[in-house]
Amino acid sequence: MIKQLARGLAVLMTIGAAAPAYAHDYKVGSLTLDHPVSRETPKGARVGAGYLTIENIGEADDRLLSVSCACAERSEIHEMKMDGGIMRMQALPGGLAIPAGGSAVLKPGGYHLMFIEIKQPFVAGEAFEATLTFEKAGSVTVEFTVEPLRKSKSGDHKGH
Amino acid sequence: MRALIVMCAGLALVAAAVAAVVWSGLVDIEDTSTSSYSGEASIGGPFELVNGDGETVTDADFAGKPLIVYFGFTYCPDICPTELLAIADALDLLPAATAAKFQPLFITVDPERDTPDVVRDYVTSFHPNMIGLTGSARQIKRAASAYRVYYSRQETDDGPYTMAHSSYIYVMDGSGRYVRHFRMGTSPDEIAAALETVADPA
Repeated sequence: MIKQLARGLAVLMTIGAAAPAYAHDYKVGSLTLDHPVSRETPKGARVGAGYLTIENIGEADDRLLSVSCACAERSEIHEMKMDGGIMRMQALPGGLAIPAGGSAVLKPGGYHLMFIEIKQPFVAGEAFEATLTFEKAGSVTVEFTVEPLRKSKSGDHKGH
Repeated sequence: MRALIVMCAGLALVAAAVAAVVWSGLVDIEDTSTSSYSGEASIGGPFELVNGDGETVTDADFAGKPLIVYFGFTYCPDICPTELLAIADALDLLPAATAAKFQPLFITVDPERDTPDVVRDYVTSFHPNMIGLTGSARQIKRAASAYRVYYSRQETDDGPYTMAHSSYIYVMDGSGRYVRHFRMGTSPDEIAAALETVADPA
């Protein structure tokens, strides 16, 4: 009986812990991390991406130094650069600047977090946690919700 | 009088600045059009690749069908899914019968990791008609150079290698002739509108 109660309580606590994720913005120091999302990974893909907007309302510049995620073997901060029609993806070993009074936007075609050798596919509707570490604000764990790859699934039932 | 001279000089500076901005804008636009359409006659051509079942396929297998061609790789978290989604979304904007006229192709520039079964599975997440193609290093090199696609392996400090590559969506007509290409970030609506004219030339 006590065991059952404890289990029920644990479930409730898990639900409670997950609740802030639905508000889907996080504050740490003078930073606001808004709407961390990922995209469903295509079948068989071994890499995934993470996107969010980081706003700095403080008076000092900050810097996203690293990201870690149990979802993958490695997690990196990347920049896409168009160079004479060639797309180059490069890690930002020095991190990503979050200017005072400004923001950094991670979105497709620009900056993104790259999750390398993911342990399981990212499934639409699910979520995973990742910890972002900033130079000044410290570390914060946020939940990335996984959005469907295709917003409209019409392609799936059109037939061949 | 002196104030007038200063004002005139100020105005001249502003005018020069405006002219410089306009001029640089024009140069940009000119550069864009040159890179978009230079050598259009020589984009595309015969290719021999390997499909998801490990079978050899050539351009002749798609004869009569307009092609939508994208070169990328599956170890690409950001750009490649975004561009393949643009193709899929564009096809879905068209009437089913029009969309069915096209053969969307995903050709990997990373045959080492993208084996036949990898490309076969990968494309199913985008569009049911999309075909994934790979091949030997030599076959990929030939197909890419026919489409003037640049790609190169980039080593990273301590992680897995990645690929730098040109990211364009190419449209070829049913006779295998180059029609046009789209640069990265082109909206599905724009692609769909262009596909419509290819499917049903006025």
